Amino acid sequence: MLKVTPFHPRTAPLAQGQAWRRWAGYVVASSYELLHDREYHAIRGAAALFDVSPLYKYVIGGRDAVRLLDRVVTRNVAKCRVGQVLYTPWCDADGKQIDDGTISRLTEGTFRMTAADPNLRWLHRNAAGLDVTIEDVSERTAALSLQGPNARTILQVAADFDLTGLKYFHLTSARIRSIPVTISRTGYTGDLGYEIWVDAAQAVPLWDALIAAGTPYGLTPAGMLALDVARIEAGLLLIEVDYISSHRAFIEAQKSSPFELGLGWTVALDKEQFNGKGALLGEQRRGAAWQFMGIEVDWDSLERLYAEVRLPPRLPTVAWRASVPIYADGGQVGYATSGGWSPLLKQYIALAHLESAFARPGTPVRMEITVEHRRKQAAARVAKTPFFNPERKRGGGGGGA
Amino acid sequence: MPQRYDAIVIGGGHNGLVHAAYLARAGKRVLVLERRPRVGGAAVTEEIFPGFKFSVFSYVVSLLRPEIIRDLELPRHGLEILPLESTLTPLPNGDYLAMWSDHDQTRRELCRHSARDAEAYDEFGQLMHHMAMAVKPILGMVPPDPTSLSPGDLLGLARLAKHFRRLGERHFHALCKLMTMSSADFLDEWFEFDGLKATKAASGIIGTFLGPRSPGTAYVLLHHYMGEIDGAFRAWGFAKGGTGAISEAIAAAARARGTEIRTDAPVARVLVKGGRATGVALESGEEVAASVVVSGLDPRRTFLQLVEEPELPADFVGDIRRYKFRGSSGKVNLALAELPDFTCLPGVGPHLRGAISISPSLEYVERAYDDAKYGEFSRRPYLDIVIPSMIDPAMAPPGKHVMSIFVQYAPYYVNGGWDDAKREAFGDAVVDTVAQYAPNIRSAILGRQVLTPADIERILGLSEGNIFQGELSLHQLFFLRPAPAWAKYRTPVRGLYQCGAGTHPGGGIMGASGRLAALQVLKDWR
Ligand SMILES: Cc1cc2nc3c(=O)[nH]c(=O)nc-3n(C[C@H](O)[C@H](O)[C@H](O)COP(=O)(O)OP(=O)(O)OC[C@H]3O[C@@H](n4cnc5c(N)ncnc54)[C@H](O)[C@@H]3O)c2cc1C
Repeated sequence: MLKVTPFHPRTAPLAQGQAWRRWAGYVVASSYELLHDREYHAIRGAAALFDVSPLYKYVIGGRDAVRLLDRVVTRNVAKCRVGQVLYTPWCDADGKQIDDGTISRLTEGTFRMTAADPNLRWLHRNAAGLDVTIEDVSERTAALSLQGPNARTILQVAADFDLTGLKYFHLTSARIRSIPVTISRTGYTGDLGYEIWVDAAQAVPLWDALIAAGTPYGLTPAGMLALDVARIEAGLLLIEVDYISSHRAFIEAQKSSPFELGLGWTVALDKEQFNGKGALLGEQRRGAAWQFMGIEVDWDSLERLYAEVRLPPRLPTVAWRASVPIYADGGQVGYATSGGWSPLLKQYIALAHLESAFARPGTPVRMEITVEHRRKQAAARVAKTPFFNPERKRGGGGGGA
Repeated sequence: MPQRYDAIVIGGGHNGLVHAAYLARAGKRVLVLERRPRVGGAAVTEEIFPGFKFSVFSYVVSLLRPEIIRDLELPRHGLEILPLESTLTPLPNGDYLAMWSDHDQTRRELCRHSARDAEAYDEFGQLMHHMAMAVKPILGMVPPDPTSLSPGDLLGLARLAKHFRRLGERHFHALCKLMTMSSADFLDEWFEFDGLKATKAASGIIGTFLGPRSPGTAYVLLHHYMGEIDGAFRAWGFAKGGTGAISEAIAAAARARGTEIRTDAPVARVLVKGGRATGVALESGEEVAASVVVSGLDPRRTFLQLVEEPELPADFVGDIRRYKFRGSSGKVNLALAELPDFTCLPGVGPHLRGAISISPSLEYVERAYDDAKYGEFSRRPYLDIVIPSMIDPAMAPPGKHVMSIFVQYAPYYVNGGWDDAKREAFGDAVVDTVAQYAPNIRSAILGRQVLTPADIERILGLSEGNIFQGELSLHQLFFLRPAPAWAKYRTPVRGLYQCGAGTHPGGGIMGASGRLAALQVLKDWR
């Protein structure tokens, strides 16, 4: 049996089409309504509420907590201030990426780490000889993600805390209708948004409080299909889709380094020692062989390919997750791993691994598309990500409605 | 007169703004002159009552060209189009017809009324898909002149001919029917349920002085299917922030490329020297020079008011004089303390997020037209209602709502003329009609704005209040819009162009006229 999250009593009755998706052994909604468009538009136009409880969560404490984390992840945890959140990947000894997630400094000596995959064993192995406590709080802590331009206004109505000062990638403890929560200004949509962490026993009242506060502002429960479109627009990668954890890869070629995934900015090579440092130093010197970039498919080209069979372009309304070849000049120069139609940008976009020589933004490439059972190539261009990066994501102050 | 601009665009409607943005994108120095205090023309959002924002005139978008959205990067300038999901038609017997965005749901609903119609609906959709594919290239091309022997025109015509030959006999015949029949007759061939036919037919009369039984109304049915084939997916959408947000996004894109936009700057005259436009004179007396002048106003204003008649050939002036406006629509905007509660589907639900069509039967809509034919506004009008605050809550204070009611018919030439008393009587007829289906509406009204065709003309300068800068009837479309031989955005005055909805492909928030005109201007520049 798959598990249900602490919000299930509220989310289950909303699932009109019984469309559920698996996530880390749980079921969460793919979409609540029969089509996911309204849920998607809520992210960009009002506010969407996601149940993100299946994330793995660890609380790390003890005298050597910083040392442990700094050994594991690529970012510099010692520099992380209390109330700050770091997005970071972590690597094996060869500098190949195992996973990515966030580290929140809850107090001087305690951190919460989130991860897509289970990492308890990995943390313990790295803790050898250190004075730390590692607690898996995945089941005990429920989490909601509140994303969209109205997110701040809604949270402000519900919480007892002045959110205007809460900066991007920072967190605070607060109460929402007397329920103790932690609120972090984080998310997976590339928009203004917050994640709210709560004791699982209080999950349902938290949901009710947010829905009550948010409904006048267009708050809409949203599922993974909507989230997937938004995260592609935001250029955010997804493990097992856009890259394979080095712990799960069967061959070397399946592994990627942070440099190859566009995460070079997270690699603090000035840190004393961390997993993969040597390999990453070498890679930095040589230059990464691959880059992870955006792809914009040219509309006219798409339309022409379909016109040959007398159809209008068939566009992926649901984001796809597959390996799709990218070509340039004579041959294949990479592959896209996620893609879809951006209803906001009116553009067919994808995220792709490209050989570094072909990864400069603006480089003309071609993406394979299948038109009526036949493989064709649509003209496309390499693009910087995020495709959509609203000022409000990082911007401060104001009501924000 | 020092010349600071390559081009002056008269009128900051959305087409004028699109035009300016494309010229600026090509490196031209552009000045937009708008008469009103804000840009947008018929696509504006205004806070009529404190806290309540209205798409005062146009209220939904369907055909805004996706290439414009991409070329001008409008999402980065704040544009977001939200889906308008459903259409609810309340029926006099207390029942309703609802059409949802989910196909199965719609079929099941249609089945309640007619199992045959439910099946026909799919086949009809298929045919309309083919029809939309057939006319789509027309929307995106500068109309070739069928009487011209110039290579460009011949090439354009040849391309069209080839395109239509490829349609195949069956589809070609269907297209001919669609182009000539009345929407009622066309729909009678497909469906039996009156509420369905009336609701579909109603979309064919918007902006025309015609009824569902008037020939030539069928092809407008196509508009509803166009959106589905060009990457917009949905027939109808709603701009976050109202239709004014579309204009604001385009204006921002134009400004970002160096366009200067002046509001409160009404143009009085186009300056012409030796048959060539040299600039404009503002009502203030100020004169501004430019190599090219482009008018986004309707043809009557452009040619009969801004240009001195001797500059124009007599035939052309005659054609423009005959060009038909005949405004037939009004608008009622309501600020509401609470949502309307429809007797047929009580309470708050997803049906309030879509369109609500008061079109219970073909006879109802045709009778509404009968009133107008004889110079009266419809006692029981056809209404197209949306509640934008249900889709974008920022349009109204929390918990409150705004309702936009598009009304037909309200003839411009009403018996006795429009005055304040008649305007209020018209507003009452509209509210009474809504109240028949949602009785709580009267007590929910906090504020009411009523716009007659006379008001539309006065506020926007749209002649006779025609919402499309001239009727979208076949004799005024494609290479005939606005006048034979002058459909390519050029005019008899060299250096003077037109870019408004009065040119091909016509009205609606499409931006296509503005864009195609810009392509033409840029081509001529070389
Ligand atoms: C009530 C109403 C409802 C509608 N509903 C819809 C709808 O729901 N969906 C849809 O797609 N379309 C709708 N339309 C049609 C659509 O809004 C118009 O076809 C479109 O906006 C026309 O744009 P435009 O830029 O061509 O012209 P306009 O919007 O007419 O712009 C012309 C501009 O020129 C300015 N101007 C006039 N005279 C002067 C002067 N002398 N000097 C300087 N500036 C001047 C005007 O103020 C105006 O800003 C509606 C129209 C109306 C009136």
